[in-house]
Amino acid sequence: MNDLVPELDNFQQKIDDEQRIEPKDWMPEKYRLNLIRQMSQHAHSEVIGMQPEGNWISSAPSLYRKIVLLSKVQDEAGHGLYLYSATETLGITRAEMNARLQSGESKYASIFNYPSLTWADVGAIGWLVDGAAIVNQVSLQRTSYGPYARAMIRICKEESFHQRQGYDIMVKLAEGSPAQREMAQDAINRWWWPSLMMFGPHDSDSVNSQQSMKWKIKRQSNDELRQKFVDQTVQQCEILKLELPDPDLRWNEERQHYDFGEIDWDEFYQVIKGNGHCNRDRIKHHVKAHKEGAWVREAMTAYAGKKAQRKDAA
Amino acid sequence: MTEPDNLSTYVLRLADDAMVLGQRISEWTSNSPNLEEDIANSNVALDYLGRARMLYAYAATMLNTTEDDLAFMRDARQYTNLLMHELPKGDYAFSTVRQFFIDSFDVLYFEQLIHSGDAQLAAIAAKTFKECQYHVRRSRDLMVRLGDGTDESNSRMQTALDELWGYRHELFMDDELETELQQQGVAITRADLQPKWDAAIQDCLTEATLSIPEADWTVSGGRAGVHSEHLGHMLDDMQCLHRSHPGVTW
Repeated sequence: MNDLVPELDNFQQKIDDEQRIEPKDWMPEKYRLNLIRQMSQHAHSEVIGMQPEGNWISSAPSLYRKIVLLSKVQDEAGHGLYLYSATETLGITRAEMNARLQSGESKYASIFNYPSLTWADVGAIGWLVDGAAIVNQVSLQRTSYGPYARAMIRICKEESFHQRQGYDIMVKLAEGSPAQREMAQDAINRWWWPSLMMFGPHDSDSVNSQQSMKWKIKRQSNDELRQKFVDQTVQQCEILKLELPDPDLRWNEERQHYDFGEIDWDEFYQVIKGNGHCNRDRIKHHVKAHKEGAWVREAMTAYAGKKAQRKDAA
Repeated sequence: MTEPDNLSTYVLRLADDAMVLGQRISEWTSNSPNLEEDIANSNVALDYLGRARMLYAYAATMLNTTEDDLAFMRDARQYTNLLMHELPKGDYAFSTVRQFFIDSFDVLYFEQLIHSGDAQLAAIAAKTFKECQYHVRRSRDLMVRLGDGTDESNSRMQTALDELWGYRHELFMDDELETELQQQGVAITRADLQPKWDAAIQDCLTEATLSIPEADWTVSGGRAGVHSEHLGHMLDDMQCLHRSHPGVTW
Protein backbone atom coordinates (compact mmCIF):
# COMPACT_ATOMS: atom_id res chain seq x y z
CA MET A 1 0.00 0.00 0.00
CA ASN A 2 2.89 2.27 0.70
CA ASP A 3 3.63 2.44 -3.03
CA LEU A 4 0.89 5.04 -3.23
CA VAL A 5 2.77 7.28 -0.84
CA PRO A 6 6.47 7.05 -1.70
CA GLU A 7 7.27 9.66 0.95
CA LEU A 8 6.10 7.23 3.58
CA ASP A 9 8.65 4.65 2.44
CA ASN A 10 11.40 7.25 2.54
CA PHE A 11 10.26 8.39 5.94
CA GLN A 12 10.23 4.88 7.41
CA GLN A 13 13.58 4.13 5.77
CA LYS A 14 15.14 7.14 7.43
CA ILE A 15 13.79 6.02 10.77
CA ASP A 16 14.99 2.47 10.26
CA ASP A 17 18.44 3.89 9.40
CA GLU A 18 18.46 5.79 12.71
CA GLN A 19 18.38 9.17 10.99
CA ARG A 20 16.56 12.02 12.71
CA ILE A 21 13.39 13.57 11.29
CA GLU A 22 13.72 17.37 11.21
CA PRO A 23 10.93 20.02 11.21
CA LYS A 24 10.99 20.66 7.45
CA ASP A 25 11.12 16.97 6.48
CA TRP A 26 8.01 15.24 5.18
CA MET A 27 6.22 13.32 7.93
CA PRO A 28 2.90 11.49 8.16
CA GLU A 29 0.16 13.56 9.75
CA LYS A 30 -0.29 10.91 12.43
CA TYR A 31 3.40 11.12 13.34
CA ARG A 32 3.10 14.89 13.68
CA LEU A 33 -0.04 14.68 15.82
CA ASN A 34 1.37 11.90 17.95
CA LEU A 35 4.46 14.00 18.64
CA ILE A 36 2.42 17.10 19.43
CA ARG A 37 0.44 15.03 21.92
CA GLN A 38 3.50 13.53 23.57
CA MET A 39 5.76 16.60 23.54
CA SER A 40 3.13 19.06 24.72
CA GLN A 41 2.15 16.63 27.46
CA HIS A 42 5.81 16.50 28.44
CA ALA A 43 6.05 20.32 28.45
CA HIS A 44 2.86 20.63 30.52
CA SER A 45 4.25 18.11 33.00
CA GLU A 46 7.35 20.25 33.51
CA VAL A 47 5.22 23.33 34.12
CA ILE A 48 2.53 21.73 36.31
CA GLY A 49 5.31 19.85 38.11
CA MET A 50 6.59 23.22 39.37
CA GLN A 51 3.59 23.44 41.70
CA PRO A 52 4.01 20.57 44.18
CA GLU A 53 7.63 21.52 44.80
CA GLY A 54 7.07 25.25 44.44
CA ASN A 55 4.71 24.78 47.36
CA TRP A 56 7.78 24.35 49.62
CA ILE A 57 10.03 27.20 48.42
CA SER A 58 8.62 29.68 50.92
CA SER A 59 9.07 27.33 53.89
CA ALA A 60 12.19 25.31 52.99
CA PRO A 61 13.98 24.44 56.24
CA SER A 62 17.36 26.08 55.54
CA LEU A 63 18.72 28.80 53.28
CA TYR A 64 20.74 26.25 51.35
CA ARG A 65 17.70 24.05 50.71
CA LYS A 66 15.62 27.07 49.73
CA ILE A 67 18.14 28.14 47.11
CA VAL A 68 18.62 24.64 45.70
CA LEU A 69 14.86 24.06 45.48
CA LEU A 70 14.22 27.42 43.86
CA SER A 71 16.93 26.69 41.26
CA LYS A 72 15.38 23.31 40.61
CA VAL A 73 11.89 24.68 40.08
CA GLN A 74 13.39 27.34 37.83
CA ASP A 75 14.99 24.57 35.77
CA GLU A 76 11.56 22.97 35.33
CA ALA A 77 10.24 26.24 33.90
CA GLY A 78 13.21 26.23 31.53
CA HIS A 79 12.47 22.67 30.45
CA GLY A 80 8.85 23.62 29.85
CA LEU A 81 9.87 26.59 27.73
CA TYR A 82 12.37 24.53 25.78
CA LEU A 83 9.88 21.76 25.10
CA TYR A 84 7.11 24.17 24.07
CA SER A 85 9.54 25.73 21.59
CA ALA A 86 10.49 22.30 20.24
CA THR A 87 6.81 21.42 19.88
CA GLU A 88 6.14 24.68 18.03
CA THR A 89 8.34 23.34 15.21
CA LEU A 90 5.44 20.93 14.49
CA GLY A 91 3.07 23.78 13.65
CA ILE A 92 1.26 24.57 16.89
CA THR A 93 1.63 27.68 19.05
CA ARG A 94 2.35 27.88 22.77
CA ALA A 95 -0.97 29.72 23.23
CA GLU A 96 -2.84 26.80 21.63
CA MET A 97 -1.02 24.30 23.81
CA ASN A 98 -1.80 26.38 26.90
CA ALA A 99 -5.46 26.51 25.97
CA ARG A 100 -5.56 22.73 25.52
CA LEU A 101 -3.93 22.22 28.93
CA GLN A 102 -6.42 24.51 30.62
CA SER A 103 -9.44 22.95 28.90
CA GLY A 104 -8.31 19.46 29.90
CA GLU A 105 -7.96 18.33 26.28
CA SER A 106 -4.22 17.95 26.78
CA LYS A 107 -2.82 15.96 29.71
CA TYR A 108 0.16 16.29 32.05
CA ALA A 109 1.85 13.59 34.14
CA SER A 110 -0.85 12.33 36.46
CA ILE A 111 1.60 12.02 39.36
CA PHE A 112 1.41 15.76 39.93
CA ASN A 113 -2.19 15.31 41.02
CA TYR A 114 -0.85 13.88 44.28
CA PRO A 115 -0.30 16.46 47.05
CA SER A 116 3.15 17.33 48.48
CA LEU A 117 2.41 17.22 52.19
CA THR A 118 5.75 17.48 53.97
CA TRP A 119 9.31 18.57 53.31
CA ALA A 120 10.23 14.92 52.72
CA ASP A 121 7.93 14.97 49.70
CA VAL A 122 10.35 17.40 48.06
CA GLY A 123 13.05 14.77 48.55
CA ALA A 124 10.85 11.91 47.37
CA ILE A 125 9.71 13.80 44.28
CA GLY A 126 13.29 14.58 43.31
CA TRP A 127 14.53 11.09 43.99
CA LEU A 128 11.63 8.96 42.76
CA VAL A 129 9.56 11.09 40.39
CA ASP A 130 12.53 12.74 38.69
CA GLY A 131 14.33 9.41 38.86
CA ALA A 132 11.52 7.73 36.94
CA ALA A 133 11.33 10.64 34.52
CA ILE A 134 15.06 10.36 33.78
CA VAL A 135 14.83 6.65 32.92
CA ASN A 136 12.18 7.57 30.39
CA GLN A 137 14.02 10.64 29.12
CA VAL A 138 17.37 8.94 28.68
CA SER A 139 15.59 6.55 26.35
CA LEU A 140 14.03 9.51 24.52
CA GLN A 141 17.45 10.97 23.74
CA ARG A 142 17.32 8.56 20.79
CA THR A 143 13.78 9.43 19.76
CA SER A 144 13.34 9.91 16.00
CA TYR A 145 12.27 13.58 16.01
CA GLY A 146 15.42 15.74 16.05
CA PRO A 147 14.26 18.72 18.12
CA TYR A 148 12.78 16.40 20.77
CA ALA A 149 15.90 14.22 20.96
CA ARG A 150 18.15 17.27 21.35
CA ALA A 151 15.86 18.76 24.00
CA MET A 152 16.11 15.50 25.93
CA ILE A 153 19.91 15.49 25.90
CA ARG A 154 19.97 18.90 27.47
CA ILE A 155 17.15 18.24 29.90
CA CYS A 156 18.62 14.94 31.12
CA LYS A 157 21.78 16.70 32.27
CA GLU A 158 19.78 18.95 34.57
CA GLU A 159 17.38 16.22 35.65
CA SER A 160 20.20 14.13 37.00
CA PHE A 161 21.12 17.05 39.29
CA HIS A 162 17.50 17.18 40.36
CA GLN A 163 17.46 13.56 41.25
CA ARG A 164 20.65 13.92 43.24
CA GLN A 165 19.24 16.87 45.19
CA GLY A 166 16.14 14.81 45.98
CA TYR A 167 18.21 11.85 47.11
CA ASP A 168 20.46 14.16 49.13
CA ILE A 169 17.40 15.45 50.99
CA MET A 170 16.39 11.84 51.71
CA VAL A 171 19.90 10.97 52.95
CA LYS A 172 19.85 13.87 55.40
CA LEU A 173 16.38 12.92 56.66
CA ALA A 174 17.32 9.24 56.93
CA GLU A 175 20.39 10.13 58.99
CA GLY A 176 18.41 12.62 61.06
CA SER A 177 16.05 12.58 64.03
CA PRO A 178 13.32 9.92 64.45
CA ALA A 179 10.76 12.49 63.27
CA GLN A 180 12.81 13.16 60.15
CA ARG A 181 13.15 9.44 59.39
CA GLU A 182 9.45 8.97 59.87
CA MET A 183 8.76 11.87 57.51
CA ALA A 184 11.04 10.29 54.90
CA GLN A 185 9.43 6.85 55.19
CA ASP A 186 5.96 8.34 54.94
CA ALA A 187 6.92 10.18 51.75
CA ILE A 188 8.34 7.01 50.21
CA ASN A 189 5.16 5.14 51.12
CA ARG A 190 3.05 7.70 49.27
CA TRP A 191 5.27 8.32 46.22
CA TRP A 192 6.61 4.84 45.38
CA TRP A 193 3.61 3.36 43.62
CA PRO A 194 2.64 6.52 41.75
CA SER A 195 6.26 6.67 40.49
CA LEU A 196 5.91 3.17 39.04
CA MET A 197 2.66 4.25 37.40
CA MET A 198 4.50 7.07 35.61
CA PHE A 199 5.73 4.59 32.99
CA GLY A 200 2.15 4.01 31.88
CA PRO A 201 0.07 0.85 31.50
CA HIS A 202 1.55 -2.59 30.88
CA ASP A 203 2.78 -3.05 27.30
CA SER A 204 -0.16 -5.34 26.62
CA ASP A 205 -2.61 -2.55 27.58
CA SER A 206 -0.85 0.46 26.08
CA VAL A 207 -2.85 2.04 23.25
CA ASN A 208 -0.27 4.37 21.76
CA SER A 209 2.76 2.15 22.10
CA GLN A 210 3.00 -0.02 19.01
CA GLN A 211 2.94 2.70 16.36
CA SER A 212 5.22 4.86 18.52
CA MET A 213 7.77 2.05 18.65
CA LYS A 214 7.67 1.57 14.88
CA TRP A 215 8.26 5.28 14.35
CA LYS A 216 10.87 5.22 17.11
CA ILE A 217 9.15 8.01 18.98
CA LYS A 218 9.35 5.55 21.83
CA ARG A 219 12.52 3.46 22.02
CA GLN A 220 11.77 1.12 24.91
CA SER A 221 8.51 -0.26 26.21
CA ASN A 222 6.74 0.89 29.37
CA ASP A 223 7.49 -2.36 31.19
CA GLU A 224 11.17 -2.39 30.21
CA LEU A 225 11.66 1.15 31.50
CA ARG A 226 9.72 0.45 34.69
CA GLN A 227 11.91 -2.58 35.42
CA LYS A 228 15.04 -0.50 34.89
CA PHE A 229 13.78 2.09 37.38
CA VAL A 230 12.91 -0.52 40.02
CA ASP A 231 16.31 -2.21 39.68
CA GLN A 232 18.25 1.01 40.22
CA THR A 233 16.03 2.37 42.99
CA VAL A 234 15.95 -0.66 45.29
CA GLN A 235 19.66 -0.35 45.99
CA GLN A 236 19.42 3.38 46.61
CA CYS A 237 16.69 2.72 49.16
CA GLU A 238 18.81 0.10 50.90
CA ILE A 239 21.51 2.71 51.48
CA LEU A 240 18.91 4.91 53.18
CA LYS A 241 17.89 1.95 55.37
CA LEU A 242 14.27 2.78 54.58
CA GLU A 243 11.62 0.49 53.11
CA LEU A 244 9.89 0.44 49.74
CA PRO A 245 6.22 -0.33 50.45
CA ASP A 246 6.00 -3.60 48.50
CA PRO A 247 6.01 -7.01 50.27
CA ASP A 248 6.52 -8.77 46.91
CA LEU A 249 9.72 -6.94 46.10
CA ARG A 250 12.64 -9.40 45.84
CA TRP A 251 15.68 -10.19 43.70
CA ASN A 252 15.01 -12.80 41.02
CA GLU A 253 18.27 -14.63 40.35
CA GLU A 254 16.99 -16.22 37.19
CA ARG A 255 15.72 -13.01 35.59
CA GLN A 256 18.57 -10.95 37.07
CA HIS A 257 15.96 -8.33 37.96
CA TYR A 258 13.81 -7.43 40.93
CA ASP A 259 10.30 -8.84 40.97
CA PHE A 260 7.70 -6.47 42.30
CA GLY A 261 4.02 -6.48 43.18
CA GLU A 262 1.07 -5.60 40.95
CA ILE A 263 0.33 -1.91 40.49
CA ASP A 264 -3.11 -0.69 41.54
CA TRP A 265 -4.30 0.26 38.06
CA ASP A 266 -7.68 1.22 39.40
CA GLU A 267 -6.01 4.02 41.38
CA PHE A 268 -4.03 5.02 38.27
CA TYR A 269 -7.16 5.44 36.13
CA GLN A 270 -9.09 7.07 38.98
CA VAL A 271 -6.47 9.81 39.32
CA ILE A 272 -6.27 10.32 35.55
CA LYS A 273 -10.05 10.62 35.44
CA GLY A 274 -9.98 13.49 37.91
CA ASN A 275 -10.22 11.77 41.27
CA GLY A 276 -6.82 12.84 42.58
CA HIS A 277 -6.40 15.37 45.39
CA CYS A 278 -4.97 18.10 43.20
CA ASN A 279 -6.43 17.69 39.68
CA ARG A 280 -8.56 20.78 40.07
CA ASP A 281 -5.99 22.79 42.09
CA ARG A 282 -3.21 22.35 39.53
CA ILE A 283 -5.30 23.66 36.64
CA LYS A 284 -6.85 26.39 38.77
CA HIS A 285 -3.37 27.59 39.77
CA HIS A 286 -2.26 27.63 36.14
CA VAL A 287 -5.38 29.46 34.95
CA LYS A 288 -5.11 32.02 37.74
CA ALA A 289 -1.49 32.91 36.95
CA HIS A 290 -2.31 33.04 33.25
CA LYS A 291 -5.35 35.29 33.75
CA GLU A 292 -3.62 37.60 36.21
CA GLY A 293 -0.72 37.94 33.80
CA ALA A 294 -2.91 38.71 30.76
CA TRP A 295 -2.57 42.48 31.11
CA VAL A 296 1.22 42.15 31.35
CA ARG A 297 1.47 40.11 28.16
CA GLU A 298 -0.92 42.48 26.37
CA ALA A 299 1.11 45.50 27.50
CA MET A 300 4.34 43.92 26.27
CA THR A 301 2.80 43.22 22.88
CA ALA A 302 1.35 46.73 22.68
CA TYR A 303 4.70 48.28 23.59
CA ALA A 304 6.52 46.21 20.98
CA GLY A 305 3.97 47.41 18.39
CA LYS A 306 4.46 51.08 19.36
CA LYS A 307 8.22 50.69 19.27
CA ALA A 308 8.12 49.18 15.79
CA GLN A 309 5.84 51.99 14.60
CA ARG A 310 8.14 54.66 15.99
CA LYS A 311 11.07 53.01 14.28
CA ASP A 312 9.21 53.02 10.97
CA ALA A 313 8.23 56.67 11.40
CA ALA A 314 11.80 57.72 12.19
CA MET B 1 25.29 34.17 70.30
CA THR B 2 27.71 37.05 70.99
CA GLU B 3 26.27 40.53 71.67
CA PRO B 4 26.08 42.38 68.33
CA ASP B 5 28.35 45.38 67.73
CA ASN B 6 27.96 48.13 65.14
CA LEU B 7 29.48 46.16 62.29
CA SER B 8 27.51 42.94 62.81
CA THR B 9 24.29 44.95 63.25
CA TYR B 10 24.98 46.73 59.98
CA VAL B 11 25.71 43.49 58.12
CA LEU B 12 22.51 41.99 59.51
CA ARG B 13 20.49 44.95 58.24
CA LEU B 14 21.77 44.41 54.71
CA ALA B 15 21.21 40.66 55.04
CA ASP B 16 17.61 41.14 56.20
CA ASP B 17 16.92 43.46 53.25
CA ALA B 18 18.12 40.79 50.83
CA MET B 19 16.42 37.91 52.65
CA VAL B 20 12.99 39.48 52.85
CA LEU B 21 12.94 40.74 49.27
CA GLY B 22 14.34 37.45 47.95
CA GLN B 23 11.55 35.62 49.74
CA ARG B 24 8.95 37.95 48.24
CA ILE B 25 10.28 37.66 44.68
CA SER B 26 10.36 33.87 44.95
CA GLU B 27 6.56 34.00 45.42
CA TRP B 28 6.35 34.68 41.68
CA THR B 29 7.80 31.28 40.84
CA SER B 30 5.05 29.34 39.03
CA ASN B 31 2.85 32.45 39.28
CA SER B 32 4.39 34.79 36.71
CA PRO B 33 2.65 36.12 33.57
CA ASN B 34 4.65 33.79 31.31
CA LEU B 35 7.49 31.29 31.51
CA GLU B 36 10.12 33.85 30.48
CA GLU B 37 9.18 36.15 33.36
CA ASP B 38 8.92 33.18 35.71
CA ILE B 39 12.50 32.17 34.96
CA ALA B 40 13.71 35.77 35.29
CA ASN B 41 11.97 36.21 38.66
CA SER B 42 13.46 33.00 40.02
CA ASN B 43 16.85 34.23 38.88
CA VAL B 44 16.56 37.57 40.64
CA ALA B 45 15.20 35.87 43.77
CA LEU B 46 18.21 33.54 43.71
CA ASP B 47 20.59 36.51 43.53
CA TYR B 48 18.94 38.10 46.56
CA LEU B 49 18.88 34.88 48.56
CA GLY B 50 22.52 34.28 47.64
CA ARG B 51 23.36 37.77 48.84
CA ALA B 52 21.44 37.15 52.07
CA ARG B 53 23.43 33.97 52.65
CA MET B 54 26.78 35.69 52.16
CA LEU B 55 25.84 38.47 54.57
CA TYR B 56 24.30 36.17 57.18
CA ALA B 57 27.32 33.90 57.00
CA TYR B 58 29.59 36.91 57.59
CA ALA B 59 27.44 38.16 60.47
CA ALA B 60 27.38 34.63 61.89
CA THR B 61 31.19 34.53 62.15
CA MET B 62 31.10 37.76 64.18
CA LEU B 63 28.17 36.66 66.33
CA ASN B 64 29.31 33.10 66.85
CA THR B 65 26.16 31.59 65.38
CA THR B 66 24.97 30.22 62.00
CA GLU B 67 23.37 31.75 58.90
CA ASP B 68 20.24 29.65 59.47
CA ASP B 69 19.87 30.74 63.08
CA LEU B 70 19.99 34.34 61.92
CA ALA B 71 17.44 33.79 59.16
CA PHE B 72 15.08 31.37 60.89
CA MET B 73 15.30 31.97 64.63
CA ARG B 74 14.76 35.73 64.83
CA ASP B 75 11.24 37.18 65.12
CA ALA B 76 9.75 40.00 63.11
CA ARG B 77 10.67 42.52 65.83
CA GLN B 78 14.31 41.46 65.47
CA TYR B 79 14.32 41.76 61.68
CA THR B 80 15.76 45.11 60.62
CA ASN B 81 15.01 45.26 56.89
CA LEU B 82 13.70 48.44 55.29
CA LEU B 83 9.92 48.33 54.94
CA MET B 84 9.73 48.50 51.15
CA HIS B 85 11.39 45.08 50.92
CA GLU B 86 8.79 43.22 52.97
CA LEU B 87 5.55 44.44 51.35
CA PRO B 88 3.43 41.66 49.78
CA LYS B 89 4.15 41.10 46.12
CA GLY B 90 0.90 42.67 44.94
CA ASP B 91 0.22 42.62 41.20
CA TYR B 92 2.99 42.58 38.60
CA ALA B 93 2.98 46.38 38.50
CA PHE B 94 3.60 46.63 42.23
CA SER B 95 6.45 44.11 42.16
CA THR B 96 7.98 45.82 39.11
CA VAL B 97 7.93 49.32 40.59
CA ARG B 98 9.26 48.09 43.94
CA GLN B 99 12.02 46.22 42.15
CA PHE B 100 12.96 49.23 40.05
CA PHE B 101 13.10 51.51 43.12
CA ILE B 102 15.30 49.08 45.01
CA ASP B 103 17.48 48.13 42.04
CA SER B 104 18.07 51.81 41.29
CA PHE B 105 19.10 52.33 44.90
CA ASP B 106 21.20 49.17 45.20
CA VAL B 107 23.20 49.82 42.08
CA LEU B 108 24.31 53.17 43.57
CA TYR B 109 24.80 51.77 47.06
CA PHE B 110 26.84 48.69 46.29
CA GLU B 111 28.98 50.54 43.77
CA GLN B 112 30.13 52.67 46.72
CA LEU B 113 30.31 49.84 49.21
CA ILE B 114 33.00 48.19 47.06
CA HIS B 115 35.31 50.78 48.62
CA SER B 116 34.37 49.87 52.18
CA GLY B 117 37.26 49.61 54.61
CA ASP B 118 35.86 46.25 55.66
CA ALA B 119 37.40 43.75 53.24
CA GLN B 120 34.64 41.14 53.55
CA LEU B 121 31.88 43.67 52.93
CA ALA B 122 33.80 45.10 50.00
CA ALA B 123 34.07 41.64 48.43
CA ILE B 124 30.36 40.94 48.90
CA ALA B 125 29.57 44.37 47.46
CA ALA B 126 31.68 43.69 44.37
CA LYS B 127 29.70 40.54 43.57
CA THR B 128 26.39 42.21 44.42
CA PHE B 129 27.12 45.27 42.28
CA LYS B 130 27.51 43.08 39.20
CA GLU B 131 24.09 41.53 39.82
CA CYS B 132 22.47 44.90 40.55
CA GLN B 133 23.57 46.19 37.16
CA TYR B 134 21.58 43.59 35.28
CA HIS B 135 18.71 43.72 37.74
CA VAL B 136 18.21 47.42 37.09
CA ARG B 137 18.54 46.91 33.35
CA ARG B 138 15.67 44.43 33.51
CA SER B 139 13.41 46.31 35.92
CA ARG B 140 13.88 49.62 34.09
CA ASP B 141 13.02 47.92 30.82
CA LEU B 142 9.86 46.46 32.38
CA MET B 143 8.92 49.89 33.78
CA VAL B 144 8.98 51.34 30.27
CA ARG B 145 7.17 48.46 28.60
CA LEU B 146 4.41 48.30 31.20
CA GLY B 147 4.17 52.08 31.63
CA ASP B 148 3.94 52.73 27.90
CA GLY B 149 1.97 49.54 27.08
CA THR B 150 -1.82 49.68 27.31
CA ASP B 151 -4.16 52.00 29.22
CA GLU B 152 -4.67 49.29 31.80
CA SER B 153 -0.98 48.64 32.31
CA ASN B 154 -0.27 52.37 32.54
CA SER B 155 -2.95 52.81 35.16
CA ARG B 156 -1.75 49.81 37.20
CA MET B 157 1.81 51.13 37.12
CA GLN B 158 0.72 54.59 38.24
CA THR B 159 -1.24 53.06 41.12
CA ALA B 160 1.79 51.03 42.17
CA LEU B 161 3.94 54.18 42.11
CA ASP B 162 1.43 55.95 44.34
CA GLU B 163 1.34 53.03 46.77
CA LEU B 164 5.13 52.76 47.05
CA TRP B 165 6.14 56.40 46.88
CA GLY B 166 6.22 57.09 50.63
CA TYR B 167 8.44 54.11 51.38
CA ARG B 168 11.37 55.52 49.38
CA HIS B 169 12.46 57.94 52.10
CA GLU B 170 13.63 55.13 54.34
CA LEU B 171 16.22 54.09 51.74
CA PHE B 172 18.06 57.38 52.34
CA MET B 173 17.91 57.62 56.16
CA ASP B 174 21.21 57.44 58.01
CA ASP B 175 20.96 56.72 61.73
CA GLU B 176 23.64 57.11 64.38
CA LEU B 177 25.01 53.61 63.91
CA GLU B 178 25.48 53.91 60.19
CA THR B 179 26.88 57.44 60.57
CA GLU B 180 29.53 56.11 62.94
CA LEU B 181 30.39 53.34 60.50
CA GLN B 182 30.60 55.89 57.69
CA GLN B 183 33.13 57.87 59.71
CA GLN B 184 35.18 54.70 60.04
CA GLY B 185 35.03 54.20 56.28
CA VAL B 186 32.91 51.04 56.51
CA ALA B 187 29.38 52.12 55.52
CA ILE B 188 27.94 54.43 52.85
CA THR B 189 26.10 57.72 53.40
CA ARG B 190 22.63 56.96 52.14
CA ALA B 191 21.47 60.58 51.91
CA ASP B 192 24.24 61.34 49.39
CA LEU B 193 22.72 58.90 46.91
CA GLN B 194 19.33 60.56 46.70
CA PRO B 195 19.95 63.15 43.95
CA LYS B 196 21.21 60.46 41.57
CA TRP B 197 18.35 58.15 42.49
CA ASP B 198 15.77 60.92 41.96
CA ALA B 199 17.24 61.66 38.53
CA ALA B 200 17.22 58.00 37.51
CA ILE B 201 13.58 57.62 38.55
CA GLN B 202 12.50 60.82 36.80
CA ASP B 203 14.31 59.81 33.62
CA CYS B 204 12.63 56.41 33.58
CA LEU B 205 9.15 57.69 34.42
CA THR B 206 9.29 60.17 31.56
CA GLU B 207 10.14 57.42 29.11
CA ALA B 208 7.49 55.15 30.65
CA THR B 209 4.82 57.91 30.34
CA LEU B 210 4.27 57.80 34.11
CA SER B 211 4.26 60.65 36.64
CA ILE B 212 5.85 61.33 39.99
CA PRO B 213 2.99 60.92 42.52
CA GLU B 214 1.52 64.18 43.76
CA ALA B 215 0.94 63.07 47.34
CA ASP B 216 4.05 62.47 49.40
CA TRP B 217 4.14 60.70 52.75
CA THR B 218 6.77 58.94 54.84
CA VAL B 219 6.66 55.66 56.69
CA SER B 220 9.75 54.25 58.39
CA GLY B 221 10.71 51.95 61.23
CA GLY B 222 12.23 48.87 59.64
CA ARG B 223 15.69 49.38 61.15
CA ALA B 224 14.06 49.54 64.61
CA GLY B 225 12.05 46.39 63.96
CA VAL B 226 8.75 48.27 63.65
CA HIS B 227 7.34 46.64 60.53
CA SER B 228 4.18 46.37 58.49
CA GLU B 229 1.68 43.76 59.63
CA HIS B 230 2.78 41.60 56.71
CA LEU B 231 6.30 40.67 57.82
CA GLY B 232 5.23 38.51 60.76
CA HIS B 233 3.02 36.36 58.56
CA MET B 234 5.74 36.00 55.96
CA LEU B 235 8.21 34.88 58.64
CA ASP B 236 5.67 32.46 60.15
CA ASP B 237 5.49 30.67 56.85
CA MET B 238 9.23 30.86 56.23
CA GLN B 239 10.40 29.78 59.70
CA CYS B 240 7.76 27.28 60.82
CA LEU B 241 9.34 24.05 59.54
CA HIS B 242 12.85 25.01 60.67
CA ARG B 243 11.62 25.86 64.17
CA SER B 244 9.49 22.72 64.46
CA HIS B 245 12.59 20.50 64.48
CA PRO B 246 15.16 22.20 66.72
CA GLY B 247 18.78 21.21 66.37
CA VAL B 248 18.51 18.89 63.36
CA THR B 249 20.29 19.18 60.02
CA TRP B 250 18.48 19.28 56.69
